[in-house]
Amino acid sequence: MAGGQGWLNVLLRSREGSLVLLIAVMTVLTTSLNPRFISPQSLKDLMLNVSIIALLVLGQTVIILMRQIDLSISSIVGITAFLSGSLFINHPGIPGMVVVLIAILAGLLLGAVNATLIAWGRIPALITTLGTLYIFRGANYAWVHGRQVNAVNVPASFLAIGTSTFAGIPFLTWIVLVLLVVFAIGLRQYMVGREFYAIGSNPNAAVLAGINVSRRLATGFLVSGAIAGLAGALWLARFGTVDATAAEGIELTVITSTVVGGVAITGGVGTVVGAVLGALLLSVFSSTLVFLRVPSFWQQSFQGAMLLLAIAADAYLAHRYALRLRVKWSHV
Amino acid sequence: MSQNQPSTRRLARRISWESMLAVLVLIAIVGGMLLNKDFPTVDNWSNLLANFVEIALMALPLSLIVITNEIDLSVASMLGLSSSLLGFLWAYKLAMPLAIVICLVVGALCGALNGFLVVRFRLPSLAVTIGTLALFRGFAYIILGDKAVADFPPEYAEFGLGNVPFTFIPSPFVLFIVLALIFWVLLHHTTVGRSIYAIGGNQTAARFSGVNISRLKMLLFIASGVISALAGIVFTFRFSSSRADNGTGFELSAIAAVFLGGVTVQGGKGTVTGVVLSLLLIGIINNVLTLADVASEILRIVTGSLLIISILLPNLIAATQERFRLMQRQREITTLGGASAAK
Repeated sequence: MAGGQGWLNVLLRSREGSLVLLIAVMTVLTTSLNPRFISPQSLKDLMLNVSIIALLVLGQTVIILMRQIDLSISSIVGITAFLSGSLFINHPGIPGMVVVLIAILAGLLLGAVNATLIAWGRIPALITTLGTLYIFRGANYAWVHGRQVNAVNVPASFLAIGTSTFAGIPFLTWIVLVLLVVFAIGLRQYMVGREFYAIGSNPNAAVLAGINVSRRLATGFLVSGAIAGLAGALWLARFGTVDATAAEGIELTVITSTVVGGVAITGGVGTVVGAVLGALLLSVFSSTLVFLRVPSFWQQSFQGAMLLLAIAADAYLAHRYALRLRVKWSHV
Repeated sequence: MSQNQPSTRRLARRISWESMLAVLVLIAIVGGMLLNKDFPTVDNWSNLLANFVEIALMALPLSLIVITNEIDLSVASMLGLSSSLLGFLWAYKLAMPLAIVICLVVGALCGALNGFLVVRFRLPSLAVTIGTLALFRGFAYIILGDKAVADFPPEYAEFGLGNVPFTFIPSPFVLFIVLALIFWVLLHHTTVGRSIYAIGGNQTAARFSGVNISRLKMLLFIASGVISALAGIVFTFRFSSSRADNGTGFELSAIAAVFLGGVTVQGGKGTVTGVVLSLLLIGIINNVLTLADVASEILRIVTGSLLIISILLPNLIAATQERFRLMQRQREITTLGGASAAK
């Protein structure tokens, strides 16, 4: 059975393969305990739950590939979600498409704040986005001022994005899938994408190779902001109700998903497909906990533990890989 | 050459970050007195000092960690965990001194976990402490859920709220004064302090000069854990409340205080005096804004902006100086060129 073992090896060696396997094992185990786990309704809920996180994971992947981090996304989602809602309230009859575009523009604008401070102010991304995480959220609180957008304020056609399905898959998930394909191809085949990897692998070498690092950093944070803006509009479509606390704390879930999905926190390694699978794994895991009746208070520490495990595993794999290279070239 | 230096640049080198902070603190005090007649009162000052004692405590070990070019984002979660654990143990009728000791030990263990992952596995402290930020806060929720413990013994609540007899200094603030002195001596007058600077300046050079980097970093992370736990205990007594979400987001203020205090992101620079002055500045600004009935969300915006400005400003100054230097070099080259052409 050497062939079988080789196949398993290939599957386990790629991060995507092991993630799929883990997701499958977890699904089978939970289903055997509670068959309702794979009922159409529960699958649809799972897809809807993972969609917005998976969307944000796309932007975060670009950032982490460059050895940066964007903590401010949750606040951008919060602001743009409320912005979308208040557009519907203040301008009855406004087309949903226009609202989505405005939300993306607003996200882009907030992303531009990060981009300027990081690329030209030369402030480390961690500190910039930690600051803007609180600045944007504070601005949101001040603006919202205890108000709330309710589902009745939002047109049914817009809410349908978050509820209706096409070919059995929620519309929301389709949006994410299309963007996933765009990002996967863009990062793999296009110059810009390869430059993101180059910057993360070795920033100095990237400069010497003639890559405009500042501009690429700015691109990354603009993309991340725009994605968060889109996610804000979709957040409204998904939940209908938005107040000042919307999306608070999801940056941790997004970063954990991305890193669990094999995008190394040290930059230069990983794919968007893996990162989205990471989001799916986290989502399946948390539904598993719900189905196993584990109190919801346990979720956060599990997430933290998974992030720690993932970075430890990445470091271990990188270390082993380096050792293997050393052995391979030792005869030279 | 040095006498030819433009006087502004000599002045800029003479003015240290600390003296700039001291001037800002004075301006803030004068501004506070002008803006609000309640500001200079004794009651308000005890209030002011009490309100930032937790953040001040956490900022001390954090500045040392940042000087060695690492970071600890999990401080506020360790505070929350310690506060929840204290409430949980008290609700189980454990003797208070024992409960306090257990909380401090758990804080040390949390810090040791951070240190272990950073030192032993060579993982970036940023990623590790984002993970433990979620992990430790998660533990707090596992321990207390959404419950709250409030009935702490009066003598401990008294410690949290009262002042040192015959002064306006809040009793918990004494802990900060003592620890600040210890950290000041440690950083500026011992070989440990020199080693901390050495690690931040050049880790490889520090290793070759015989600094035990792993042990030192491990100890700093443990210190951060213990002092964050202490801050959690102080917070619990000050508000007579133990909840899982206590101190959420405090890491922002602690980190802002460290960077505003003149500790640089590249590591290797910074003083305890600077951090203490920046804590005082942040405390005064928050106090003045609160007296002026400014909403707490605006305070968050201010703290976030202070964090960004404290790094943006030196960067801009350095960039302008660099440009100025280049221009001057250019001018020198042109005059030299002119001279040689004339010859």
